[in-house]
Amino acid sequence: MNWKRATLAMLAAAPVIALFAYGFTRDPAVIPSPLPGHDAPAFALSVFASGEPPLARQVGDTVRLRELAGKVAVVNFWASWCLACRDEHVTLSETARRYADQPIQFLGVLYNDRPAAGIRWIADMGGQSYPSVTDDRSRTAIDYGLYGVPETFILDATGRIAYKHLGPIPESVLVQWIDSLLPKAKTTDPPRPSAR
Amino acid sequence: MVAIVAAALCVAWPARAQDVETRARPSVTATPADSALEARTTAVAATLRCPVCQGESIQDSPSELAQQMRSVVRDRLRAGDSPDEIKAYFVSRYGEWILLEPAVKGLNILLYVLPVLLVVGGLALVVVLVRRWTTPVEGMTDRPGT
Repeated sequence: MNWKRATLAMLAAAPVIALFAYGFTRDPAVIPSPLPGHDAPAFALSVFASGEPPLARQVGDTVRLRELAGKVAVVNFWASWCLACRDEHVTLSETARRYADQPIQFLGVLYNDRPAAGIRWIADMGGQSYPSVTDDRSRTAIDYGLYGVPETFILDATGRIAYKHLGPIPESVLVQWIDSLLPKAKTTDPPRPSAR
Repeated sequence: MVAIVAAALCVAWPARAQDVETRARPSVTATPADSALEARTTAVAATLRCPVCQGESIQDSPSELAQQMRSVVRDRLRAGDSPDEIKAYFVSRYGEWILLEPAVKGLNILLYVLPVLLVVGGLALVVVLVRRWTTPVEGMTDRPGT
């Protein structure tokens, strides 16, 4: 065997094999988000599904990002045509109910769907403890770099995106993030009217 | 085999619902009066990758999200944003991934330089080998019987 040639061939092949190996560790369907660690994009969205007491909001109310200052916020994008959204619905609704007396706000944002379909879906699923809002022309979804549903954003008390979750969010992940962010929310000053 | 596995990975679908591609395309809103704006919208939209498609720009994709992103491009152009500012906005939301042609900076330079180097290197190798193979070795001849 010509060892010199064999070594050269192996050296030439090594980078190609390494490139393929790296490629196989990545999911081509996942887009890495630049948003975590940055301020959450502002929004003002209209409530179409009120939620249940004590978390209920009047239908037609406008929910603004700035009013969530001082609270941990869980913003979940969903749709009635999204099968995966069914998997996380109970987790989100129950967790919101469990933390109802804490400085935390859950908010559902309907993505590319009709409010009537959203309301029917909520009824079919046995209700939703927290309010949901509409997103005209998906402007907020695009602001949040959305490319599918469900996607969940967890914001800290200062309005920074702490975490973005693609797909149904497991209860363990949700609770872990809430518990890690709540202590800071409890010590954060009340929001100023001009904030964000 | 590797190609088959790679193709299978490329079409792998995440465990969540992506935008519905089959929805009806809305009627075109451009009028002759704003055809220039439409042309600029098309030019910018052609450089942005559709997040719910396979290698398509938001200009070429009929998906609902792509249409909505085009609408954002149009509105921002109308508001006076430059194409670079609009691209920067989408990069701030979706990352560099959203650009169909990555910016020529940092490690991205390799994307542009490496193929050229590989082609030049490959051609040089072929030339060297062909010359070596066609140069008669001293003391040897291809004439039979000698």
